[in-house]
Amino acid sequence: MKEKNPKRTDSPLIFERSRPGRRGTAVPEPDVPTRPLEELLPKAMMRKEPPSLPEVSENEVVRHFTEISLMNHHVDRGFYPLGSCTMKYNPKVNEQTARLPGLADLHPFQPTSAVQGALRLMWELGEMLKEIVGMDEITLQPAAGAQGELVGALLFRAYHTAQGDPRKKIIIPDSAHGTNPATVRMAGYEVVTLKSNEEGRMDPGALESALGEDVAGVMLTNPNTLGKFESDVEEIARLVHEAGGLMYMDGANLNALIGVARPGDLGYDIVHLNLHKTFSTPHGGGGPGAGPVAVKEHLAPYLPLPILTRAGDGGYALDWERPESIGKVHGFWGNFGVLVRAYTYIRMLGRDGMRRTGMAAVLNNAYMSARLEGTYSLPYGRGMHESVFSGSFLKEHGVRTLDVAKRLLDFGVHAPTVYFPLIVPEAIMAEPTETETKDELDRFCEAMLQIAEEAKADPEFVKNAPYSTPVRRLDEALANRRPNVRYRPEGSD
Amino acid sequence: MAEANVPKELLYTEEHEWVEKTGDDEIKVGITDYAQGELSDVVFVELPDVGASFSRMEAFGTIEAVKAVSELYSPAAGEVTEVNDKLADDPAAVNRDPYGDGWMIKLKLQDPSELDSLLSPEGYSELIAD
Repeated sequence: MKEKNPKRTDSPLIFERSRPGRRGTAVPEPDVPTRPLEELLPKAMMRKEPPSLPEVSENEVVRHFTEISLMNHHVDRGFYPLGSCTMKYNPKVNEQTARLPGLADLHPFQPTSAVQGALRLMWELGEMLKEIVGMDEITLQPAAGAQGELVGALLFRAYHTAQGDPRKKIIIPDSAHGTNPATVRMAGYEVVTLKSNEEGRMDPGALESALGEDVAGVMLTNPNTLGKFESDVEEIARLVHEAGGLMYMDGANLNALIGVARPGDLGYDIVHLNLHKTFSTPHGGGGPGAGPVAVKEHLAPYLPLPILTRAGDGGYALDWERPESIGKVHGFWGNFGVLVRAYTYIRMLGRDGMRRTGMAAVLNNAYMSARLEGTYSLPYGRGMHESVFSGSFLKEHGVRTLDVAKRLLDFGVHAPTVYFPLIVPEAIMAEPTETETKDELDRFCEAMLQIAEEAKADPEFVKNAPYSTPVRRLDEALANRRPNVRYRPEGSD
Repeated sequence: MAEANVPKELLYTEEHEWVEKTGDDEIKVGITDYAQGELSDVVFVELPDVGASFSRMEAFGTIEAVKAVSELYSPAAGEVTEVNDKLADDPAAVNRDPYGDGWMIKLKLQDPSELDSLLSPEGYSELIAD
């Protein structure tokens, strides 16, 4: 029988490619005397049988991982408008510097005298980030945004406890990312959710009535999760400070402000930065990221240990003498390789380039929003660097936002963030970033408009999408309930 | 899309719970057909233990669907007398049969007059109409 596409579409696992005895490398015979393992390792640590590793040749490994990288969607393959995640292009020069042997081959146990260059890089990165956000001190340790948030909440606690006034609650707007309330709870605070006003912003009047002696502070993403600039932020900061609270900015959306407005100048006391968003380091498969936390002077004593300092003679050191510190939050000094990439990015762009980055991110979103808003509604209006559209108008055809997201995959576009924030029904949150061309934005907008037409003319067609992906619709409920992510050889349990 | 079912014999909260009076001071609680439709496929339902007490509109549990996690709110103050343990193995019952097999908890009320402030079927239908 003739088959038009005889290529296997389901890529076999690397374990399934394994054949006993196949090898990718030839290890030479040792030229030093050998000793039996039993003499070198404690008995309890000896394996009874060899681990079940795949036995494959080098080109099989390369083909395998190349093939699965093509089954995935990533920013090197196509547009990735995942709102709130700032999936900008990751420049390859970042990879080059991160692989320099003098940086890549360091060991965290080396004495500080032997790693002055690396410490200098971290110190300079810290100085640049402080200038970008308008803060006085910084820690580069937190591994991601959510850990940065947790550090922020622990700083709230440390600060108020030191004042002899531990407080109980933290106020968060209802547009916030889910990690904000989760972090607050994890740090032992009670969450007070504040309803956004009609423009999708925090209302100073509503805030004032929620403030009190028990409130440790406010977490306010800016621009917020709807992409809207919190234009009352200075008034909000004044009210919070008057009530004895602190202002925390989730820096998830800093890309919109970069080089134009500084959280420190807006009245914030603490901000975290997502280097894997704003500063072009890879998002990876959930990591590693980096979420440095910058603070105003009055919070500096509580920052995580150790703090990097520069002595008068230009030498760099790690300061462990911070008795009021919240302690250590990451192994060694943070995700150093990520820091090298962010450093490279900032140095390549320079001050003017950073500013143009933020402005182009906002311009790109304004263009995308203008092209789409006649079809997809914007319940809270256009955002700065991202906009939250509603797919509600398709419900009468039985088509939902999830279906639009699935159909987009057929256009070679990653789906936007969907069903979030929760205050927009059938939300479609799209963030183009500054690294896309007008042609790419046009392609995306035309795909979105075409899908809306398809949904009206032939709802079933959209509801059955995608058609061109390695797998079609998955049973997401089952995948959530019983994720099966571990390979088990046949016959084992 | 089919209209959401709003049974006439039940009462409702603005947070999309339904309430069935099962005795003078006892109610049965679940989430509405509209709510399950908006949530889409339910993955987990986390319910309290029997004996736990909640105040009016306090969160008594969480429901996790493929697309979002939401809190479940107690329509009135009271003590949990029974929970639907079957939802642990079969959370999809909330999608399949929100007013039947998908029920969540039974509450012994502190003050049955609190039910007066709940929404009528008409009031709830109005709430969910766009």
